[in-house]
Amino acid sequence: MKFFIYLSNYFSNRETIQEIILIPVIATLLAIFLGLLLLIVSGSSTQIALTALVALFTGSFGSLSAISETLTAATPLIFAALGIAVGFRAGLFNIGAEGQIILGGMAAVAIGFSFQLPFFLHLLFLLLAGALLGACYAFISGWLKATTGAHEVITTIMLNLIAYRLLDFFLRMPAIQKEGRNDPISKSIFETAELPRILNYLDPNLRVHMGFIIAIIAVTFVYWLIFHTTIGYEFRAVGKNLDASKYGGINSSMTIIVAMSLAGLLAGLAGATQISGILGRATPGFSAGIGFDAIAVALLGRAHPIGVLFSSILFGALIAGGRAMQVSADVSLDLITVIQALIIIFIAAPILIRKLFPWVFK
Amino acid sequence: MKLKLNEISKSFGPVKANSDINLTVDCGEILGLLGENGAGKTTLMNILTGLYKPDSGSILIDSQLKEFHNPREANKNGVGMVHQHFMLVPVFSVTENIILGAEPTTIFNKIDLTNAKEKVLKISSEYNLDVDPDQLIEKLPVGIQQRVEIIKILFRDAEILIFDEPTAVLTPQEVIEFFAIIKNLKKAGKAIVFITHKLHEVLEVCDRINVLRSGKIVGEELPKKTNNKKLAELMVGRKVNLKTSRQIVEKGEVLLEVNNLSILSENKEPLLSNLDVKLHKNEILGIAGVQGNGQTEFIEALTGLRKISSGKISYFGKECKNFSPRKIHQLGVRHIPEDRQKQGLIGDFSLTENIILNTYYEKKFSNNIALNWSNAKKEAKRIIEKFDVRTNSEEIIADKLSGGNQQKLLIGREMSRSINLLIASQPTRGVDVGSIEYIHNQIVMARNKGIGVLLNSTELDEIIALSDRIIVFYEGRVIAEFPSNADPNIIGLAMAGVN
Repeated sequence: MKFFIYLSNYFSNRETIQEIILIPVIATLLAIFLGLLLLIVSGSSTQIALTALVALFTGSFGSLSAISETLTAATPLIFAALGIAVGFRAGLFNIGAEGQIILGGMAAVAIGFSFQLPFFLHLLFLLLAGALLGACYAFISGWLKATTGAHEVITTIMLNLIAYRLLDFFLRMPAIQKEGRNDPISKSIFETAELPRILNYLDPNLRVHMGFIIAIIAVTFVYWLIFHTTIGYEFRAVGKNLDASKYGGINSSMTIIVAMSLAGLLAGLAGATQISGILGRATPGFSAGIGFDAIAVALLGRAHPIGVLFSSILFGALIAGGRAMQVSADVSLDLITVIQALIIIFIAAPILIRKLFPWVFK
Repeated sequence: MKLKLNEISKSFGPVKANSDINLTVDCGEILGLLGENGAGKTTLMNILTGLYKPDSGSILIDSQLKEFHNPREANKNGVGMVHQHFMLVPVFSVTENIILGAEPTTIFNKIDLTNAKEKVLKISSEYNLDVDPDQLIEKLPVGIQQRVEIIKILFRDAEILIFDEPTAVLTPQEVIEFFAIIKNLKKAGKAIVFITHKLHEVLEVCDRINVLRSGKIVGEELPKKTNNKKLAELMVGRKVNLKTSRQIVEKGEVLLEVNNLSILSENKEPLLSNLDVKLHKNEILGIAGVQGNGQTEFIEALTGLRKISSGKISYFGKECKNFSPRKIHQLGVRHIPEDRQKQGLIGDFSLTENIILNTYYEKKFSNNIALNWSNAKKEAKRIIEKFDVRTNSEEIIADKLSGGNQQKLLIGREMSRSINLLIASQPTRGVDVGSIEYIHNQIVMARNKGIGVLLNSTELDEIIALSDRIIVFYEGRVIAEFPSNADPNIIGLAMAGVN
């Protein structure tokens, strides 16, 4: 219990421990339970539902390789959701992480295959390029909002669509498309640009890579930024009360632009690490909806960096466990989407959880 | 109908909001319920209207025991409440608002607007309310909106009427009209509870006055046998000085000079036209006027929050062209904004975070990158102590403070640093008597120390009590200027546009 109190102080001193830990935990368990119930109602036997449940847990945390898969899936979510959390703090609803991931990934691929550099330098260069292009792409929305008042939800959605088409175009360019292929697929990046796997010495099949470590560093950095810097203070002031922040002499237009660009930078890193750590090249759907899942993750984590870290790992676990579930119980991966959606619904309705489990909150 | 509350008690956690409250109101009587913010007035009325359940005690109407579980049940038993913040739909007409929730219907559930309108008109003429049932709410002034609220409860056949701080949002003229209305209601035999913290109001209209302090009734007074001073002492629990002593100080050089200032709205309508204002050292310049006559825009222009269309603003002899709020703050101009919750404070931020709202970037609190929370905390503690903000921690959020304490925090923040000029807008709005006294003293002390103060208030009493010179705003212009000893009635006429 002491640990939890310690943890809750870390999260925020303004919300009770119940809000921060109990509600997400109950929401998750309840969602999994309802998901399995759905399985039974739709005709599967209880036997299969139980197998699926076991697979969901063993596939996410049951073995070293399961944990590795969970963390691998969590890595891009951490970056992108951190970006969205930064936006939330400044009062911005950034739907554009998907597009920013694509742009970041495109920059990473281009740097990755175009030339060779010494190992560390090449990698650094790749990550910087991804971050920078993601930031530039988000800057457009921030700048439009600050100068014309265009709502960021609209502009980021539109920029997502543009990003998809840009990627299609990019993958068909002769300089980029893999030689001898007709389908849209980029050349592969050089090995010097790859993020090394961190558990290679145990088993070369464990995919969890350096990106996870960088993500943890990013969590710490964003925490420090939001709660301990003047920029973070400006973000939060603008996000909580625009009038008061203007009264306090904060340049709100500038703050909005900076917050949006930072969000794009983090999403761009999500794209770059995904390319450099896992995929090695770009294909039309390489962003895989991570930018949208990240919105749910940021909400679940209450726009707090540490909350984001834990909820990313939860979503990573659902993805990894879902794959195992598909293999051993032949249950569609779509069930995971249902469970994710249920979690979000329960999180968004904490009163419902309190009413259903009153004894927990005594 | 006769209302009797018997030994009502209600606690929220460790806080006793009401303890053993006994209270009666007879028909044809106005009972004043006087108390500071947080004294438990609202809790008591929420119990009476069925929003809260009392921990113990009973409610009797005409000697019959009643128990209300929600406002609708209270309504059915003849209890109606006019809230401080109106519950009206702006785009609905008066009639539509009045019937909302109790719509009379004909066959097939069709709303019977014609009948409803007739009933509204009947009530309106019966009590001299003079409300047009077809007008949209958003087109009506606040005073009329309040009458709509009154008709709303009369429409539901209320016999016991509760008014929660009804005059807080009214202009002086509207207050006079409101008093006439409740006297009419009294004549018609209604039992009325009038909740307020303004002393002269209870003295003027009430038949009996109950004073509430820290959840207890601490005294019952009759208006004829009591006075302002006695009531204030009962309310606050200690001796209160209602008159701020203000010795004459020779005014010094000009600190602020406004020349020919005009501001146009986005539709090119003039908000302010050709304003000339001068403020001197050691001077409190009062801006009187009914709300919405350009005072807000004027102050926004002075503090860099609004662009001016033409004219000149000079601080300390230097023209300030398009200065940002921060730059003006750096000149030593401090601003107490009229709406502390909307502008002055961030409700969700801790007291510490609020204390550095306009200085967070200064060397003391930041090294340009990271914030120095320990210095900020020290500063917050210093201000909380020096300005008597009642709180047990500087880490709670500002929303948790009472209105008076929020205002003290804000005033503390603005007045505790090097200051040359103070712009105070509605510095005592929604603040209890004890805090008003404190805030007024702070303002006069600042002026005595050589600071120029621009005081904007819609409370004429406040302007007259504090100002060395008074200007009156009317439709974006200064239409009159008065010395401090001018006749309040003449100032009142100027506020209404008569010059």
